[in-house]
Amino acid sequence: MTTSLFERLGGEAAVNAAVDIFYRKVLSDDRINTFFEGVDMEKQAAKQKAFLTFAFGGPNNYTGKDMRDGHAHLVKQGLSDEHFDAVVENLAATLKELNVSDELVTEVAQIAESTRNDVLGR
Amino acid sequence: MVKITFEGERYTCTDSESVLDCLTRHGHDIPSSCHSGVCQTCMMRAVNGNPPAEAQTDLKATLAAQNYFLACSCKPKSDLEVVLAGSEVVQRVTARIVDKQTLNQEIVKISLRCQQPFTYQPGQFLNVFRRDGLSRSYSIASIPQENETIDLHVRKLEGGQMSTWLHDELAIDDELDVSGATGDCFYVPGDPSQNLLLVGTGSGLAPLWGILRDALARGHHGTIHLFHGSHSVVGLYLIDELRTLTQHHENFHYTPCVSSDDVPEGFTPGRADQVALKQYPKLDGWRIYLCGHPEMVAVLKRRAFLSGASLQDIYADPFVISSQK
Ligand code: HEM
Ligand code: FES
Repeated sequence: MTTSLFERLGGEAAVNAAVDIFYRKVLSDDRINTFFEGVDMEKQAAKQKAFLTFAFGGPNNYTGKDMRDGHAHLVKQGLSDEHFDAVVENLAATLKELNVSDELVTEVAQIAESTRNDVLGR
Repeated sequence: MVKITFEGERYTCTDSESVLDCLTRHGHDIPSSCHSGVCQTCMMRAVNGNPPAEAQTDLKATLAAQNYFLACSCKPKSDLEVVLAGSEVVQRVTARIVDKQTLNQEIVKISLRCQQPFTYQPGQFLNVFRRDGLSRSYSIASIPQENETIDLHVRKLEGGQMSTWLHDELAIDDELDVSGATGDCFYVPGDPSQNLLLVGTGSGLAPLWGILRDALARGHHGTIHLFHGSHSVVGLYLIDELRTLTQHHENFHYTPCVSSDDVPEGFTPGRADQVALKQYPKLDGWRIYLCGHPEMVAVLKRRAFLSGASLQDIYADPFVISSQK
């Protein structure tokens, strides 16, 4: 029997454990924090949860088109590969901080990677 | 079988169904996304009956205390009447002004008594309605354990429609319509040994004065530190009362802050938010209440979070000044 990545990571509890750490990293990262300025923090945190649930292979209804539409206004502001890499880096660092195995971190990074062209609107 | 009431209709909820499934099956368009209790898109509120605890895990404690729940994770064990979060019709009640007292040059305390029973949590706010329909929000500074009246602290803004009227024209024995209390910036016991940081500017002390006394009355024993700031000393108030409280409660600390150059003895120079962060650069595990100037609240919310406080533990009431009619 194979369990999903989401279950192996610890499901909803893992998302909740990761959200503060991840969001704190993003807000402290000068390469990308301007994209997150001026947005209500609580709404933003809910979106971070949606992001993490997605990246952890959890249940969600996002399509490539949603990713495209959701980030289109950021692409206009100059969102690029460099910013994308920074987000993936923060994601991996968050999981390491939570003692997630390298194997699982790689799987999560792959899911995030799979959205690159949609997020960057290419 | 459990019944769910929504928008005046009663529906049967089967054993395997969540409230979200049940309402969706009956043709209602309830916002949802993850269907697994993570995103909080599907938040609803039980106005009758109690949602099961599983439907409230990871909600802010103050939201759970008001019976908010996640519809997708709610398999009800008893009948519920539910509304969408944010759509609740808040009732209006008539209140009589029983007292008006000057707190400082620009802030007056207005004490109200309602004809009907009025339930509130200290720190929540209510909306005041003037006869012509003008409405503004004011925070509740009283606590039901000690005060028979509902107390508001209103700061007079030069040219402000409601605040000038409340200061200059509203008289004792006048009547006024107010909404029920709302807002999630209030004290919940949770862990009574948790440290609490309270930061407010100007009349932002109103909700904090309620929250503080509520926490002390309910036996909170973690550190409680209040930083109250204003441009000059005359903008502060309840100074003696707060100092007296520190003498009666070892765990309570009070720092009045003055941001202009003229800082008399006994007051700390600087802005309340900056003074607080300087004293507490690490806020892991703290619960934080921020009220008053919207910009101060926004900046400190972010800084407190970056200093280690969990978002779930940050409660904030920016006193947004809208100048709509
Ligand atoms: C690594 C791949 C990424 C994934 C899987 C992803 C996923 C998501 C998801 C699911 C949402 C929530 C959409 C919603 O429900 O409204 C979102 C919103 C957002 N994302 Fe991403 N994202 C990615 C990369 C990035 C990058 C690189 C940035 C910028 C540096 C970014 C900035 C944002 C912002 C600012 C929002 C909120 C937009 C708003 O204001 O509503 N994302 N993202
Ligand atoms: S739909 Fe996401 S929490 Fe219910």
